[in-house]
Amino acid sequence: MTTANTARPRGSRSPLASVGLHATLVVAAVIAVFPVLWILLTSLKPPQHAITTDFVKEPTLGNYTYLLESSHFLDWFLNSVLVAGVTTVLGVFIAATTGYAVSRFKFPGMKPLMWTLLVTQMFPMAILIVPLYNLMGDLGLLNQPIGLIITYLTIAVPFCAWMMKGFFDAIPVEIDESGRVDGLNPFGTFWRLILPLAKPGLAVTGFYAFITAWGEVAYASAFMVGEENLTLAGGLQTFVTQYTSNWGAMSAASVLIAIPAAIFFVFAQRHLVAGMTAGATKG
Amino acid sequence: MAAHTSQSVAKAAGDDVENDVAARGRSRRTDSDSGNRGGDRGGKGASGFRRAVGTHWYAWAMVAPVVLVLGVIIGWPLVRGVYLSLTDATERNVSRTIGVRHIEATYEFVGLDNYVSVLSDPVFLQRLVWTVVWTVACVSITFTLGLVLANMLNRDFRGRAAYRMALILPWAVPGFVSVFAWRFLFNRDNGILNKILDGGGIAAIPWLDDPTWAKFSVVAVNVWLGVPFMMVALLGGLQSIPGELYEAAEMDGASSWQRFRHITLPGLRSVSMTVILLSTIWTFNMFPVIFLLTRGGPGDSTEILVTQAFREAFIASPRDFAASATWGVLILLLLMIFALVYRRSLRKQGEVW
Repeated sequence: MTTANTARPRGSRSPLASVGLHATLVVAAVIAVFPVLWILLTSLKPPQHAITTDFVKEPTLGNYTYLLESSHFLDWFLNSVLVAGVTTVLGVFIAATTGYAVSRFKFPGMKPLMWTLLVTQMFPMAILIVPLYNLMGDLGLLNQPIGLIITYLTIAVPFCAWMMKGFFDAIPVEIDESGRVDGLNPFGTFWRLILPLAKPGLAVTGFYAFITAWGEVAYASAFMVGEENLTLAGGLQTFVTQYTSNWGAMSAASVLIAIPAAIFFVFAQRHLVAGMTAGATKG
Repeated sequence: MAAHTSQSVAKAAGDDVENDVAARGRSRRTDSDSGNRGGDRGGKGASGFRRAVGTHWYAWAMVAPVVLVLGVIIGWPLVRGVYLSLTDATERNVSRTIGVRHIEATYEFVGLDNYVSVLSDPVFLQRLVWTVVWTVACVSITFTLGLVLANMLNRDFRGRAAYRMALILPWAVPGFVSVFAWRFLFNRDNGILNKILDGGGIAAIPWLDDPTWAKFSVVAVNVWLGVPFMMVALLGGLQSIPGELYEAAEMDGASSWQRFRHITLPGLRSVSMTVILLSTIWTFNMFPVIFLLTRGGPGDSTEILVTQAFREAFIASPRDFAASATWGVLILLLLMIFALVYRRSLRKQGEVW
């Protein structure tokens, strides 16, 4: 394995190494893209061809019209948007000040708090799921989006706080100092100076929280029953069960779920990478 | 007020050593006094307490919402989960409401019985072994592939952006969607993988229907899902290594392997340590891949600890809440031991974390 860096002059690789490089990357790229592409193609096939290897034969939007008109897909979609959206907003809102505090101040209780944030991220849902299930049952919140939102905050809050610490760490302390010189208190500094600068970080954290909630399976499977109450993760399971396999509808639903997420991701990607590596190295 | 502010900021800047030491001394005292967060802190002397509040109330006010949320929706269920693991709660004896009738809980405290029965059952060891194999396999393969690809993408060549985009794609698709896509590809009779094999004259492989192949399949899918994150994180790490180091090494006649060994790997240390820790924890708890791809099957061959806990409470009949909580507590203990050992080994190597 050779390790060249960007400073190395262009074209200094031997042709053989070049071929090897491209060949490996092409294989990797095909493996990465193929499953997604195949689902896209399948979604365009009429049901009788769904499980054939033909690329596209008699392409149709039938699966999509079925999905939108005859299934609960829109309900699931709205449930997911509601749950993930509210979780994100609440999570980021609650966690922002904490991220700032642990980034800037040394205070009694900080170490344990940091540890708690870290440890709760490694919490298996296995330990919380039963108590939360019983709790939601007692409060009558099973099958309600609000129950799932409360549950998802257990995931989003520690994670948002931890990630935002990384973003605040990246903002120079001199800015806080200049705020102090101008007579701002820590809340003022945070609110007027640091928060606006951290907007990209907030966006990235929010995006992460959103996709985490959007893709959650265990709580969603356990807490939500009844076709129209499901979120997407639960809904998709109904297409392919032990007894039925509607691969056409499943693939169409997959595309409708994945495309907006992927487009969003492509735009956010640059920031994601920057934010994550900053967080990772300083974490 | 201004004084407090200046103190905090100076501390944040880390340039006021005296203050720093004083703060640490204080923090130790209050930590041991009052479980370190919330309400009453510092039983020893009201003046010390008042001073601590005076100095730190900003910080405490800022972390209060998170502490509150953590306490209510994580702390309480956690305590309750531990308690449930010490009872014989099942769906038949917990409090429930049927129609208008409310039935009170009748489960009882049984001490460590659940732990004894889980730990003495060979199933626990089976699950544990497979969970460890699964975690080690997934993390090591993912890390290796991520490192190789990151190194490739870190070079300057035509089409780099396009490759990068393609390789990140699996990350952009919600996990459960990808898992369903793979379930479709793996389908025994109709899946594209077997059709391709068939075209090459190879007998169909029971991807998800044979215990060994199912294990292979779940690992493959999890690796597929995990490589983009690994690759991107390591790529970020690679880009932060100064190019001069490589130039100097090249001047000194270091081979490419030597450069990789002595510059790249050490340069990636902190990123690697973080992503390996994260990815180990995620994989250990990776519920969706197993649950959606095989449901723990065929039989129970791909069941990991987390899916087992879920099965006890939500799939088994009658639902056994106590057993599920017991599995949950055991998983948490295992992970905490792992994190402590990991941290200690990093400390020994002089890594500050």
